[in-house]
Amino acid sequence: MDNNLTKIYNRSLKGPLIFFVVIMLLPFIFQSNNYILSTFIMIGFYSLVTTGLTLLIGYAGQISLGHAAFYGIGAYTSAYFTATLQMPSWIGILVGAIIASLVSLIIGIPVFKLKGHYLALATLGFGVIIFTFFKEWKTITGGLNGFFGIPPLSLFGISFSTDFQFYFLIWIFVFLGIFFARNIVQSRVGRALMSIHGSEIASEAIGININKYKLQIFVLSAVYASIAGSLYAHYVTFINPQLFEMMTSIYFLIMVVIGGIGNIWGGLIGAAIYVFLGELLKDIVPKIIPNASGEFEIVFFGVLLVVILIYMPNGISKAIFHFIKRITSNFKNKPVSAFSKKSTGSDIHD
Amino acid sequence: MTEETLLKVENLSKSFGGVNAVENVSFEVKKGEIVAVIGPNGAGKTTLFNLVTGVIPATSGKITFKGVSIIGKRPYQIASLGMTRTFQNLQVFNNMTVIENVMTGSHIRLKTGILSSGLRLPNVYKEEKEVMQKALQCLEQVGIADLAFERAETLPYGNQRLLEIARAVAAEPSFILLDEPMAGLNPQESRNLVNVLKNMRKQGMTFLFVEHDMETVMSIADKIVVLDYGKKIAEGTPEEISSNPKVIAAYLGEEEAI
Ligand SMILES: Nc1ncnc2c1ncn2[C@@H]1O[C@H](COP(=O)(O)OP(=O)(O)OP(=O)(O)O)[C@@H](O)[C@H]1O
Ligand SMILES: [Mg+2]
Repeated sequence: MDNNLTKIYNRSLKGPLIFFVVIMLLPFIFQSNNYILSTFIMIGFYSLVTTGLTLLIGYAGQISLGHAAFYGIGAYTSAYFTATLQMPSWIGILVGAIIASLVSLIIGIPVFKLKGHYLALATLGFGVIIFTFFKEWKTITGGLNGFFGIPPLSLFGISFSTDFQFYFLIWIFVFLGIFFARNIVQSRVGRALMSIHGSEIASEAIGININKYKLQIFVLSAVYASIAGSLYAHYVTFINPQLFEMMTSIYFLIMVVIGGIGNIWGGLIGAAIYVFLGELLKDIVPKIIPNASGEFEIVFFGVLLVVILIYMPNGISKAIFHFIKRITSNFKNKPVSAFSKKSTGSDIHD
Repeated sequence: MTEETLLKVENLSKSFGGVNAVENVSFEVKKGEIVAVIGPNGAGKTTLFNLVTGVIPATSGKITFKGVSIIGKRPYQIASLGMTRTFQNLQVFNNMTVIENVMTGSHIRLKTGILSSGLRLPNVYKEEKEVMQKALQCLEQVGIADLAFERAETLPYGNQRLLEIARAVAAEPSFILLDEPMAGLNPQESRNLVNVLKNMRKQGMTFLFVEHDMETVMSIADKIVVLDYGKKIAEGTPEEISSNPKVIAAYLGEEEAI
């Protein structure tokens, strides 16, 4: 028997490295095109959030409709610590992550006693509560008027004030985030998470403390969202509570599902599709329906979500990975029989 | 065979609303024994398993495992004391391959946590290689190592049962509860499984199992506990049970009448 781990886990760093290099070269091509750079930067923020959410939703099978709250906690904490308290950026990011983990821990303990629809509702309610805090805690957040004058991010003595600079920063964070998540998935912890999704009763029967793992991964996903929020605040320099509303949480979920649960690249792919399609819609829709409001976006993504759930329940990333695999195996001219069983080639965790 | 008591159940009861699914049941399992629980449909066998493994709380009574009371303990805590199980209604992890299912079974034997795995520390890779090797051994033990890299959900029913056993074994428990392990197996597979269980027993494993197939029960059980309407109506060796008039009336009679 072949006991090669590569038959289960694709631990190779080749794919991610190639992708990383391509992403890092992109801004040199579009150096003067701020529109493209800022589009990619937005994908970066969302990818960071959705990668954490993919661990929670895609692997552990636990839904959250409240992650915009953690995104907002990161954003407001960074804003407050850097603009109001004049502290360095890294302190804002760190304190934001700590607050997000404490809040997620406190909320997670009662909330994970619930399952399915009830869990979805509880996290939704939590998101609304935090949104209300952002709105009403005016001395800190500025309330509905928003928080102005957040300084540009500065780390290691470098100030990331242009889109060109910020692009590199956010994508390094995204890749570290995906790398960390991918390593988790390919380990005891990843299997424990998947087993909760597979069968809670069986999971507990082999000694897995399912509540502990649900909580741990919820906290980790909150930290991902919080860091993304901190970076976002520094990038846009102005934030208001509406940015962290319920709809934002729902869009995060849509990205995760479109991209594909059960694949660690799904979050990034979903975020990219969401941002690109959204930009495309803004271009096209006014030409077709001249007086369309912003509502068309939610209608469009709602329909897309349903279509994906029906026709591609594993999301688009699965289809993309099958495609890549087919191309690379053709490219290397491997005979099909090199895969001993039809399923071995495609079920490796990327 | 030692005389050490592994599991002790005393006056255990469980009622669901008005139904006394398990009523005042007491029995013991000694280390190295294979004990069968038999009884007609709805007799309370699965409920008894759920009580012992902590899935549902008992209404009253005591359960002691390795001298420790396990009443009120969570299933994962009981598992970490060395007791795992399989399920009558299959509970394989359909979202994984066969070998990952078994590797998950080794959970309590491994150490990797979120940080060490996320940072890809070198000892994680070593642990992963070992656990995969171990999982393959467990699959070989039950005879489905050739299916290791298939998706678990694609396995036929009988093989999924074997997979659950391999997964339960991977935790290296001292005690395994099997709920109808032969259901869905053909006669050839059943005989194989009997041999597998006998081999495991030789290596020091203890079993409590529910089974409807009398031939299997008679051939491997050291002791049989008979339940009927939640009550224990008899306990003894296969010979004693097969000649017990109460049992014949409640259970064997019914079988023979068919
Ligand atoms: N969760 C539950 N809620 C209510 N009643 C239950 C529950 N679980 C079991 N019962 C009832 O308890 C009784 C015993 O059921 P149990 O499943 O333990 O029987 P069994 O001996 O395993 O039967 P079988 O041979 O069919 O598997 C039945 O009357 C059943 O309907
Ligand atoms: Mg049963």
